[in-house]
Amino acid sequence: MTELLDIFLNESFWTASLRIATPLIFGVLGALLCERAGVLNLGIEGIFVVGAMTGWMAVWMGAGLWGGVLVAALSGALFGLLHALLTVPLGLSQHVSGLGITLLATSAASFTYRTALPDVKSPPRITPFQPLDIPYLSDIPFLGPVLFQQTPLTWLALAMVALVWWIMARTPLGVALRAVGDNPDAVAAQGLSVYGLRIGAVVGGSALMALGGAFLTMSAFDAFFFGMVNGRGWICIALVIFASWQPGKALLGALLFGMFEALQVRLQTQAGAVVPSQVFLMAPYVLSILALVFAARRADYPRALLKPWFRGQR
Amino acid sequence: MIEIEPRAGVSPRMRLLTPLLAALAALALAAVPLAFAGVPLIESYRQMFAGVFGSLFAFTEMLTRATPLIFTGLAAAIAFRAKLWNIGAEGQLYLGALAAVAVGTGAVSGPGWALTGLVLAAGALAGALGMLLPAALKTRFGADEVVTSLLLNFIILIFVQMMLEGPLKDPMGLGWPQSEPILDEATLPKLLERMRLHAGLLIALGAALALHLVLARTTWGFRIRAVGENASAARHAGISVNRTLIGVALVSGALAGLAGVSEVAGLKGYLTADLSPGFGYAGIVVAMLAGLSPLGVVLAALFVASVFVGADSMSRAMGVSSFLADLVVALSLISVLVGGFFTRYRLRWRARRTRP
Amino acid sequence: MEKPVILRLSGLSKRFGSVIAADHIDLDLHEGEVLALLGENGAGKTTLMNMLFGEYTPDAGRVLVRREGRLHPLPPGQPQAAIAAGIGMVHQHFALAENLSALDNILLGAEPLPALRRRLAPARERVGRLMERSGLAAPLDERVGALSVGERQRVEILKALWRDARVLVLDEPTAVLTPQEAENLFTSLRRMVAGGLSVIFISHKLHEVLAFSDRIAVLRHGRKVSEMPTHDADRAKIAAMMVGEEIAPPERPPASPGEEVLALEGVSIRARSARERLDDVSLRLRAGEIIGIAGVSGNGQGALAALISGLRTPDRGRIRVAGRTMRRPSPRNIIRAGVGRIPEDRHRDGVVGAMSVAENLVIERLDAPEVQRRGFLRRRAIRANAERLCHEYDVRGPGIDAPARLLSGGNIQKLILARVLDLSPRVILANQPTRGLDFGAADAVARRLIAARQKGAGVILISEDLDEILALADRIFVMHAGRLAEAPGRERTEIGLLMAGQMDAPLAASPQKARP
Repeated sequence: MTELLDIFLNESFWTASLRIATPLIFGVLGALLCERAGVLNLGIEGIFVVGAMTGWMAVWMGAGLWGGVLVAALSGALFGLLHALLTVPLGLSQHVSGLGITLLATSAASFTYRTALPDVKSPPRITPFQPLDIPYLSDIPFLGPVLFQQTPLTWLALAMVALVWWIMARTPLGVALRAVGDNPDAVAAQGLSVYGLRIGAVVGGSALMALGGAFLTMSAFDAFFFGMVNGRGWICIALVIFASWQPGKALLGALLFGMFEALQVRLQTQAGAVVPSQVFLMAPYVLSILALVFAARRADYPRALLKPWFRGQR
Repeated sequence: MIEIEPRAGVSPRMRLLTPLLAALAALALAAVPLAFAGVPLIESYRQMFAGVFGSLFAFTEMLTRATPLIFTGLAAAIAFRAKLWNIGAEGQLYLGALAAVAVGTGAVSGPGWALTGLVLAAGALAGALGMLLPAALKTRFGADEVVTSLLLNFIILIFVQMMLEGPLKDPMGLGWPQSEPILDEATLPKLLERMRLHAGLLIALGAALALHLVLARTTWGFRIRAVGENASAARHAGISVNRTLIGVALVSGALAGLAGVSEVAGLKGYLTADLSPGFGYAGIVVAMLAGLSPLGVVLAALFVASVFVGADSMSRAMGVSSFLADLVVALSLISVLVGGFFTRYRLRWRARRTRP
Repeated sequence: MEKPVILRLSGLSKRFGSVIAADHIDLDLHEGEVLALLGENGAGKTTLMNMLFGEYTPDAGRVLVRREGRLHPLPPGQPQAAIAAGIGMVHQHFALAENLSALDNILLGAEPLPALRRRLAPARERVGRLMERSGLAAPLDERVGALSVGERQRVEILKALWRDARVLVLDEPTAVLTPQEAENLFTSLRRMVAGGLSVIFISHKLHEVLAFSDRIAVLRHGRKVSEMPTHDADRAKIAAMMVGEEIAPPERPPASPGEEVLALEGVSIRARSARERLDDVSLRLRAGEIIGIAGVSGNGQGALAALISGLRTPDRGRIRVAGRTMRRPSPRNIIRAGVGRIPEDRHRDGVVGAMSVAENLVIERLDAPEVQRRGFLRRRAIRANAERLCHEYDVRGPGIDAPARLLSGGNIQKLILARVLDLSPRVILANQPTRGLDFGAADAVARRLIAARQKGAGVILISEDLDEILALADRIFVMHAGRLAEAPGRERTEIGLLMAGQMDAPLAASPQKARP
């Protein structure tokens, strides 16, 4: 029991929680944006990979770190655009198209990486984002290290939560996005473009997902590995249901998840002798399934989710 | 401006033509990454073709690769027919393989045919149970089976690693995490001398035929089709939607489990954690290319296997990354989706006229 | 003196596949005028209005709107342009986002999208003034999903007024209202018309058309067949024009009710929304009678139908079919007990559109020996059955092997009737059986129901169309807020009061009980 308490009182636990949560925050926000507009984006897993690869590669080829972030966002947006075109004006199955995007994006990223770096033994490294370490603020006991020794991308993620919340709750655009995911006819009857709103949401959401991937190669690690995304995208799809499509709860869900992972890493070092390490590795996926089962009953899905809409076919 | 107009009917010829065109389109699109890699195009395609049809060995290699794809393709096809999104074939495949080595490496002994049967049954059962969980969570709690079956893939793979480093580890394996070899009596017989092609292919073909008959000719197949096409009307007509979905989940999982058995007991002989290069996910592509028809799955699996084997052999010859195969497979899924759209709808251009 | 033309439709045409939905329709609307657009289902009314509003692009023809004293053409296929020109549309199926507040719905699309913040206070004030002027009140901050149907409709109209609509188009505005609510709506509209608004409203309720409109235009099969001032019109004349022939209501020989075939005893279904709730409902249906259940939609008819269909188990009370209490009601058990069901939404619940006509005809009895042998379908027998039923029930379409979705609405309904009636059910539940059908198909359905009653079936007819209930039912019940009460007579106004929930003590069949 005291061991648990020790963990919670240690600031490094909270620092790690926020760090682990960061890619999930991007991913859940991106999925939220897409689904609020009525489009399920199962391309998320592949878009994570693409973001991770392109962001890293841009920096490796000489771009600045923020240049890499931009490249990652743009390449995520590109695959998002493909998914949007297939599912919105063409109205194809969002499930199948999303899985197709994941297969395509993953293989395209891997192929590009392999083609650019045909025979490297160990993955080349870049100099990733460093913790901000703001003078004075970082010296605040406890809060300082937890909040102010994060990398800029973590801050970007938190800023995105606020931004997405602001857009959704407080701007006409947010009202229109929420409407198009509930009843596209309402949007069309008021002279707004259903296709425009949905495509825009999917493209924007996909760019956010790609940032989640970019965080992995440009902040959490300093290189690109195959299989490094490892289901994080799918976890985001479960978390967005858990978060009932609200940015604030999305942050909460991602943080809880980050805390749990940080906790299991620490427990693993303590209980590693008794319990096989794989039990801990399974935990995040088990937890996501449990969160989904828990949330499913009361989930208030956007009413138009998965439903294609065609112009002139009321 | 463009308007989308549904076509009155879909001709059978178009239904056959669409996947064919999609497959060709995907192969053609492969020129883009090939050009990006800077290799001569014509030669690359020639190598790809030769990699499949260049020799009897190459051709049987393709058939060997098609075997698990037929199983996972059937698993996806029957599930998708009922609108049950089983994306967990990859995990169910590993469960099947795990069960196969659990009973087939000496835990049980008996005459060859019985042992082979037992291995097959155990694998199918394990796969079925692997899909039962997501299906039950769906029918019981309304939890989206797409996400649960996907996440289960990761859990199962870690579980397999755990078993391979624990109870199922081969003591003679020089420390590698791999299982003991399947007993000779339990392995699926080879079909041709000096080739790797094994009896798993015959079982896969039999499964495809059986599934075709079930869907087209039986009341259970009728129920599956009704639930998939319109669950609301099916329920109204007295068909138990949940019971049908659970049944479909079991069969779908069992088929994916058989893919694992056939790889372990027919090809590799023992289980490692990299048994499948994504056969479960490729099965989705196979099923979609097949238009969810069980007999179509066989053809689609041959195509996807050709891409894998051909691209692999070309990759080695030309020094191109072997991820090209995955790329072409993904492109063929996107192409068949778009093609499916054009069989059901046509685009109509109309001029905007604003003259007074 | 004739007021100036504010809106002109000129030669509008639209074709869907092989169906001509609108065929060179010309129509003028004058300032301050109320024009009623009449026609049967499928006559082209809604298509015409959707072209006017830019939701459909016409194949030919133009929409002209008066601006600065001259008529200008609208660009086709652009709702924004129609809105900007002062045309407001209230769809029959409301175009509202249920997860947004009423105010958000009104402002949707009216605010510039790139704006960083919203100016809600002045907006709220202006909506307040609009509500006052029009007499249409709605709670602005409530989620639309929580509003009543009447309130939603008012939000729809306010949406149009917010955009300064000079022409208001209402598609069957009273279909979902009680007679009293409809009366209030017309009072409000009158006020707005006096203020200069012009109105087109689509309806097939002749009495409100006669009471409220200035001019009547009748459409049939996509053509305008007649146009006249309302004071020159009368019921019989319009009805004949709509249908194109004299209407003879089906004969209904006197009923000779027999033994009880269906009984509901104190049945309650608990649910969050009022439309899914049943509150202590009791009913006895006898062989050879038709019970009509009237009421405004969303008052529990859906729950009642789900109950009798076996889709919903009661939380309290019992359901008895042919004297046997149903212990575990399910669609399967209910069908076996001899209840035939004609669902409200025939496309969603009635047929599996992708499966063949023949398959749809046996879907309710897959286990019967005529349909299967040891789990295998008897395909020849299934086709023979389909040939026979399609002939007997006059189901027309591209053949018994074609997917059912290719049938017209009327033929889908005939298919369902054939499937249900061929089993000679003891009880028939017909939920809105003629909705959306043209006259011929609706008449065929009504005759079939009466014939089944003559053969000894008990029929429960749920309908929002009071005329249909009056024409077919032997006894009339009214549903309101999940409760069922028998109407004391066949008087329209009396039934209307019950529909509005004004169940006076002596009328109520079941007095309110204290909830446990």
